Amino acid sequence: MEFAVGDAVRAASPATLQRTGSQAVLRVLTGLAALASFMIIFLMLFFLVAYAYPAIRFNGLSFFISPIWNIGNQYGSGTVTRAGFTGEAGAAFGALVFIFGSAITALLTMFVAVPLSLMVALSLVYRVPRAIRPLANALVELMAGVPSVVYGLWGMVVLVPWIGQALAPWVTTHLGFIPFLGGSAGSGNGLAASVFILSLMVIPIMVATTRDVILAQSNSLFEASMALGSTSWQAMTRAVLPSVRNGIIASVLLAFGRALGETMAVLMVCGAAINAFPQNVFSPVNTIAAVIVSQLESALTDSSGMAQRSLAELACILFIITLLVNIIARGIMRGADRRAGQGQSG
Amino acid sequence: MQGRVKVASVMTGTAPKTWASRTWWTLSVACLVAVIGVLFSIFAFVIARGIPALKPAIFVTSTQGVAGGLLNAITGTFTLVFVGLIIVVAIGLGTAIWTVEFAPKWGKRVIRFMVDVLVGIPSIVVGYFLYVALVEIAGWGFSLIAGSLSLAIFMLPYVVRAADVALTNVPAALKEGAVALGARPAMVVSSINLPYALPGILTGILVATGIGLGETAPLIYTAGWSNYLPKLALTHSPVGYLTYVVWTYIQQPFEASHQLAYAAAALLMIFVFLTNLLARSFVEYKLGKNRAR
Repeated sequence: MEFAVGDAVRAASPATLQRTGSQAVLRVLTGLAALASFMIIFLMLFFLVAYAYPAIRFNGLSFFISPIWNIGNQYGSGTVTRAGFTGEAGAAFGALVFIFGSAITALLTMFVAVPLSLMVALSLVYRVPRAIRPLANALVELMAGVPSVVYGLWGMVVLVPWIGQALAPWVTTHLGFIPFLGGSAGSGNGLAASVFILSLMVIPIMVATTRDVILAQSNSLFEASMALGSTSWQAMTRAVLPSVRNGIIASVLLAFGRALGETMAVLMVCGAAINAFPQNVFSPVNTIAAVIVSQLESALTDSSGMAQRSLAELACILFIITLLVNIIARGIMRGADRRAGQGQSG
Repeated sequence: MQGRVKVASVMTGTAPKTWASRTWWTLSVACLVAVIGVLFSIFAFVIARGIPALKPAIFVTSTQGVAGGLLNAITGTFTLVFVGLIIVVAIGLGTAIWTVEFAPKWGKRVIRFMVDVLVGIPSIVVGYFLYVALVEIAGWGFSLIAGSLSLAIFMLPYVVRAADVALTNVPAALKEGAVALGARPAMVVSSINLPYALPGILTGILVATGIGLGETAPLIYTAGWSNYLPKLALTHSPVGYLTYVVWTYIQQPFEASHQLAYAAAALLMIFVFLTNLLARSFVEYKLGKNRAR
């Protein structure tokens, strides 16, 4: 039964003045704290949009369709005014390369990580011997907590040289006939390295949530399917997995949001492409999150401030996209929980 | 989980085993081995490079240029996380208490939803927001308070969630008893709810500490970087931190700076590992206590 102190005191009569006074103080103080955590998201969104507004007007639609990012001539050769807002001469802030980079790295990451995570979660639940299961679980959970900069370090020192010296040359010469696998092998920094690192970072998270939703599902589905004569794999993939579909979709979306927003590890291995789209899977890319870090220093040299505001516009876009992805994911998860709850009580 | 496996193994003994089923299961175990193998190799890499670099001198000297020790970064990291935790514990506990004890139903739903969504906000967005708002517009410069606030935004959801669950699980009978004995709400909360929920709340705080220790992106443009020990000033004094060392020193062309980067990475792994371990032990302790009852 639920019981809240607030209700009890409200119900208690006669409530003395003292009690209601102390109740009110506690209520107001904790309410303010709750309001603060509630307001963070709105405050950030409002502030970033307001700050980026001059850039939004200045850049117009070209922000989304132009691949050229140029903070303009900083040596006093005049200014350019568009839509009432002023930037340096030659300034152009097209973010298409970064938007495309974020989308392609996150999508390819999902392409790699989702099947892998499902397989790993299934074998964790059904195939790992009980003696080593806690160890495997602990390792998966520990890796979810490793700082992204540590993944980035490993990526720079181990992964990138391996891709640049071994994987990419081999793939481009032997599998070059497949689209996007041929061409220049590059240095190792690029799309492939980013996707590899991001996959490693989201797999532990997806495995943990997928494992939990499978374990939360009643075992009777599996048993019933087995009793009908299916193999254990069929029981798993055709009965159990579809029944936890929503939980899995939600965890995939959460991982997608994480991949979109991940900054440091990607920054360290992506090759920081500017004004150029990737030509194959080994080309340098850049993502919205990474470019905000790598371009801020040069943006600060823009005396008109437009470069900095354009970075804020990028931050707004990233914020809104990840916010939507997360809201949808949490909504699906809530829905799945509620249905599961009803199923149990009914 | 045990029953499930037993059923699975019994069933696979009697049910049709097909070539396809076996192949798929083998493939899934192979995926597990591959993923764990790669994760383990990262772990081994950091330990193998980092432990030899962890010389005693690192703990007593600060960075000088691109060499020296890590004293400033270690103390800076802990100062940032500590100040962040003070903010988070105050706001997070308040939020959780309001949500559990005072909020109407819609309020509970909204707060829980917002806190969940907060987890998914990209760190660089928060970093950039605080950079513009605090460092530039408020004019606080690179500072402890800007860095700690950015960490606080990331740590908040973990503390609120843990405290929410822990406070919700406080038995109604205890609270009713306290109210019946004439305790005021503040007394009920401080002498019944909080002590009972303490292990859960501590677990949340530890998990949040692990998150805060490892953040980089939100700190780069809020805390800045400093070669000196953190000062006792909230504004106008940049603070050094370990993740910065990993990120920038590995890009220097000097072996001494690489050594510092590896040492910092190993320290981060060790700190995160310890906080996870402690958090787990609190959970175990709580489970043990409940079982004993």
